[in-house]
Amino acid sequence: MSSTIVSLPDQSTARIPKVNFITKENGLLSWLLTGDHKRIATLYMISITFFFFIGGALAGLIRLELLTPQADLMATDTYNKVFTMHGVIMIFFFLVPSVPATLGNFLIPIMIGAKDLALPKINLLSWYLYIAAGMLAIYTMATGGVDTGWTFTTPLSTHYVNTNVLTTGLAVFIAGFSSIFTGLNFIVTIHKMRCPGMTWFRMPLFCWAHYAASILMVLGTPVLAITIVLVALERTIGIGVFDPTKGGDPILFQHLFWFYSHPAVYIMILPGMGVISETISTFSRKRVFGYTAVAFSSVAIAVFGFFVWAHHMFIMGISNYSMLVFSLLTMLVAVPSAIKIFNWTFTMYKGSITFETPMLYTFGFMGLFTIGGLTGVFLGAAGTDIHLTETYFIVAHFHFVMVGGMLMAFLAGIHFWWPKMTGRMYPEKISQLAAVVTFIGFNLTFFPQFILGTLGMPRRYAAYPPEFQVLNVFSTAGATILGVGYLLPILYLTWSLKYGEIAGNNPWQATGLEWQIQSPPLTENFAATPIMDHEAYDYEWLEHQKAKEVASVG
Amino acid sequence: MSDSTAIGHGAHAAPVDPHAGGHAEHPPYLRHHFENVEQQADAAGFAMWLFLLTEVMFFGGLFTAYLIYRNWYYPAFVAGSHQLNIFWGTLNTAVLITSSFTMAMGVWCAETHKKKGLVLCLILTFILGLGFLGIKTIEYSEKIEKHHVPGFHYSLQSFLDPDSDAEAKAAGDKPMALDMARHTEVYFSLYFAMTGMHALHMIIGIAILGFMIFRAQAGAYTLGHVTFVENFGLYWHFVDIIWIFLFPLLYLISRHPN
Repeated sequence: MSSTIVSLPDQSTARIPKVNFITKENGLLSWLLTGDHKRIATLYMISITFFFFIGGALAGLIRLELLTPQADLMATDTYNKVFTMHGVIMIFFFLVPSVPATLGNFLIPIMIGAKDLALPKINLLSWYLYIAAGMLAIYTMATGGVDTGWTFTTPLSTHYVNTNVLTTGLAVFIAGFSSIFTGLNFIVTIHKMRCPGMTWFRMPLFCWAHYAASILMVLGTPVLAITIVLVALERTIGIGVFDPTKGGDPILFQHLFWFYSHPAVYIMILPGMGVISETISTFSRKRVFGYTAVAFSSVAIAVFGFFVWAHHMFIMGISNYSMLVFSLLTMLVAVPSAIKIFNWTFTMYKGSITFETPMLYTFGFMGLFTIGGLTGVFLGAAGTDIHLTETYFIVAHFHFVMVGGMLMAFLAGIHFWWPKMTGRMYPEKISQLAAVVTFIGFNLTFFPQFILGTLGMPRRYAAYPPEFQVLNVFSTAGATILGVGYLLPILYLTWSLKYGEIAGNNPWQATGLEWQIQSPPLTENFAATPIMDHEAYDYEWLEHQKAKEVASVG
Repeated sequence: MSDSTAIGHGAHAAPVDPHAGGHAEHPPYLRHHFENVEQQADAAGFAMWLFLLTEVMFFGGLFTAYLIYRNWYYPAFVAGSHQLNIFWGTLNTAVLITSSFTMAMGVWCAETHKKKGLVLCLILTFILGLGFLGIKTIEYSEKIEKHHVPGFHYSLQSFLDPDSDAEAKAAGDKPMALDMARHTEVYFSLYFAMTGMHALHMIIGIAILGFMIFRAQAGAYTLGHVTFVENFGLYWHFVDIIWIFLFPLLYLISRHPN
């Protein structure tokens, strides 16, 4: 039994193609003014990694503070600022753009056989907006930060704090436009730019997942924008829309805010699910089981995702009836998510599974996302939610979904498409080690938090009763391991840019259109417009192609 | 963004020099990543409709807030709406609808390659847009004079003592209890937030119009590539439609028979 599907060209003769999107033009300006989706994806990748590091450093500070029951590392209001900025940066500057703006940007046009996204200038604009917003966020952090939590809860954010709510709000507002433009671009591209023969049901599931996420970006983000505008008006001139002393209602803020921010978690997770569909098929050598069901489950998640927002508000004084309805709807979201998990599992059934790094991260995703999703059902049940909300249980829940789910998927995708993007392989052994370290570190960090939350430790405090210390020490130790797990890929992926093995066109023997072209791709992706004449994930077609190639060479 | 225009053409599997075919085959405005002009126009139009959808969601948040508070504080909303000037509001509606007409004519001129007509239509739209904002300024200054701008200096005088206020008296308002009267501030918050956001869209639109007038004079839109004018037209009509909703919701709350 061969334990790997990797097939690399003969290293003594193989070369990176001389003409590709990286070598096409030189100089800083050729990057900063580019319209090429692959270059913009690269710009995004560098900037996202930068913000991930800032967010990660803040997470490290949080865990260090929580090592001891007293608030001793930093003042309590500093702690408030640290967890707020951790949330703002990780959500708006890492998780939301992570997979779509990097992998999605790079791959969607190639996967559907197009030369570029439909709107290259808008794509570049979205990166500049992202950078402007990110710089503004860092500026607010440097000049005193903000301590409302990433949710900007009124009336705290409008009446009671003197920190940089306005500038942070503006940063989120601008980042929102960046996200709208990315989503809009994807929808237009997928509708209008598919190559001949590329029907909707021949598209890779990666595109379906991004399509669903884009719908959420386009419909949800503007609501966040108007909410921030209203918070800004409330804070500056006191218009009273969210102010109960003037007849306004702070709950309205919650409704508007979560109308975006709940779908936002699906913006974050759906593209990750797209990555998993690709890796699971490639490393099981099988077509994704129930392709149509997986495709529509993405859309179903997007649609249901818009009707569950009030489950963030069960303790905020919404009526019992809306609690009942939103509780039910929340549990319904579990159905399309479960469809995905079961179909991926069936894809592996009787497949030829190999254990390259992307697959290891994929396994991590499936296990951790399932735990994260199931604990979400606990929280969706109104009764248990009232006990568990605002405790570490909820922190553990969304970190299982976001870090255990999305970040694992992001790393799976980065490793999977690294040879396509750079033309070189990452070192396999050390990256497998990194995947395992990440998994262990993750569980050690966040599993104790489920227990802490059930025991009643509240979130967002710098100090806690001494009896919670043991579990917190575990969590901080886990965070340290997790940190190593994230540092390793940065190091070896950078190393591989120069010293990695030449990957060739299709190191994984995968079926997607992106694997049938050179790595790194040409600026225009395809030498001639491709024609899609087979279904997605058709491994027989791939065998046939290879046989033809051999025949023509022989 | 000058990248690979030539190579892009080459990818059409035409082995000839891509420039030999001249503009008959590939008009200069065809971006390299599109197969043909139809696909390009199709994609741009679709993108514009999607963008307008995001705008619907943006204003949707405000309309939701309006819906809720109007149901809660109906008497305050009625009294607040009596403070608005129907004459200016109606005139502004007429101005805006006329500007939509001139814009539509502009799109038609661009499509039929009438350069002079296009420039004229754009200038008219520009002037009408400025006219709308001018009238809006008059209305806003009335509110400022009467301390009806929400915030620190907000005054309840017109609602607690309608006889002291010309507009309230003319509408036959009865004095309101303090508890309801103070909710007129929510009405004016929404009035300023909604018309303010609308005015902001107008200002952006007028700025783009100014740019377009110069480009149109240079003949940019009358050579067959009308996507930009068409999409801007969509934007302008959208802003117009927002006003068509705002006008009755803000000005005409109780002004119906019975």
